Amino acid sequence: METKGINTFEQLLEACTARGKRIWQIAQAYESEWCEVPVNKVRKCATESLLAMKEAIRTGLQSTELSMSGMCGNDCDKLQKRFAERPAVFGKTFEKILTYALATSEENIRMGKIVACPTAGSCGIVPSVIIAVAEDFNISEERQVNALITAGEIGRIISAKVSLAGAVAGCQAECGAAAAMAAGAVTQLLGGPPKQVLNAVALALKNILGLTCDPVCGLVEVPCVKRNPFMAIIAMTASELAMSGVESKIPVDEVVDAMDQTGQLMSPALKESSLGGLARTKTALDLQKRLFS
Amino acid sequence: MKQTAIFDIISPIMIGPSSSHTAGAVRLGLLAKNIYGGVPKKVTFKLFNSYAQTGKGHGTEKGLLAGILGLPVDDRRIKNIFDDEISKNIEYKFEYYEDFKKHPNSVDFVFENGRTMDIYGESVGAGEVVVRTIDGFSVKLSGKYNTLMIVYDDIPGMISRVTSLIQAKNINIASLHCDRYAKGEEASMCICIDGDLDNDVVDAVKKIDRVHFVSYIKKLDD
Repeated sequence: METKGINTFEQLLEACTARGKRIWQIAQAYESEWCEVPVNKVRKCATESLLAMKEAIRTGLQSTELSMSGMCGNDCDKLQKRFAERPAVFGKTFEKILTYALATSEENIRMGKIVACPTAGSCGIVPSVIIAVAEDFNISEERQVNALITAGEIGRIISAKVSLAGAVAGCQAECGAAAAMAAGAVTQLLGGPPKQVLNAVALALKNILGLTCDPVCGLVEVPCVKRNPFMAIIAMTASELAMSGVESKIPVDEVVDAMDQTGQLMSPALKESSLGGLARTKTALDLQKRLFS
Repeated sequence: MKQTAIFDIISPIMIGPSSSHTAGAVRLGLLAKNIYGGVPKKVTFKLFNSYAQTGKGHGTEKGLLAGILGLPVDDRRIKNIFDDEISKNIEYKFEYYEDFKKHPNSVDFVFENGRTMDIYGESVGAGEVVVRTIDGFSVKLSGKYNTLMIVYDDIPGMISRVTSLIQAKNINIASLHCDRYAKGEEASMCICIDGDLDNDVVDAVKKIDRVHFVSYIKKLDD
């Protein structure tokens, strides 16, 4: 199967439609060709990533170890304790998504082992929605891998236009891209066809445009850690809308173009340099003095 | 060549907290070690811009050192590398610079120990890295291909002498990048290949007259 020409979502949808395939099928065939490995090796690598994500969640749920700065690390524990006493308004799956996202991102800042997806600062978003939804809807590991490969293909196509680095395009290219990947992945997981998957991507991306990267003290902690559960919920919202047949008025490729332009127009002070935004607030500067003096 | 793979996106499995500042730093260190051809006794890390400003909190220094020492990005020893036995036999220091002509996340490795070498690389996002210069020669190494790097005198026929040795093994060349100080002076050649080269090819290249330095740089993540 010739897939090397696919570098936009429009081309991806055309390939799916012409061949009657799902995105993960096109994507694993592409990966197999591009990396010159058999398809089962591609799926094995994706399965390894999925299992490492589950290990990070398991480890993270049990730890309250703080990061070196002491700013983050014990919030997931607070959520678990509260949900044990009083369930979340939106129900059990919602509780899992929040705690899994937070468990993973807290594991990251204590220099634990995580899976960058697409980056380390955004590592909790894709796993939290795939794994929480799969658990509560009894979805097989095979279908979780399909969803993860879908997420990878979405990220790959975004990255063909926008470098997935906060220093280049702000947080929209890290947690924002992760939200788009998660939105598409969970739509696939729940059986949505390619068109709905891509609408979920567009809807998620449109709602994170302009997201800045202004980490306090230059660390991947504030606001990054708590941003993970927020972005997971944006992903779920996008998926619910798309699976109801809601369509993005702006086609997904054009949304990616807008994201690229927004990143270029964004001041370097708001792109991982910690020279603006939350990083230059009074409290952030006080923290910086305390931590680095 | 802008095309990337899915596994640039849903991996690596790594030690946190930052793909560009931690895993990217480890991979730059690994690539620099592979270019140098071993673990150096002494290294100075010159960190630029965001690497200099925010590297401390991201474990960038730990990552760079771990990479030079050959640890993979998911090795739990990275967290306490400065106290680990493995770092006891290497002399290292870190310096910090601002230079807006350089990439936001970039580092200069200065190796000393017999042969000195200066390697400049960038962490370009999601753990991906590019080495841009080696001893002043411009190169473009991402660690995704096995690469033969040669420094030689800029005289006619050198490229064909080297590539014919590779062709004899029926190995495909993915890219070829040359640079030189000036006509007739020292030049560099970086040949990225599909597949792997045997030692005998590397040895044959070393024996070519007026070749000064040969490094066979293994790709990362194998």
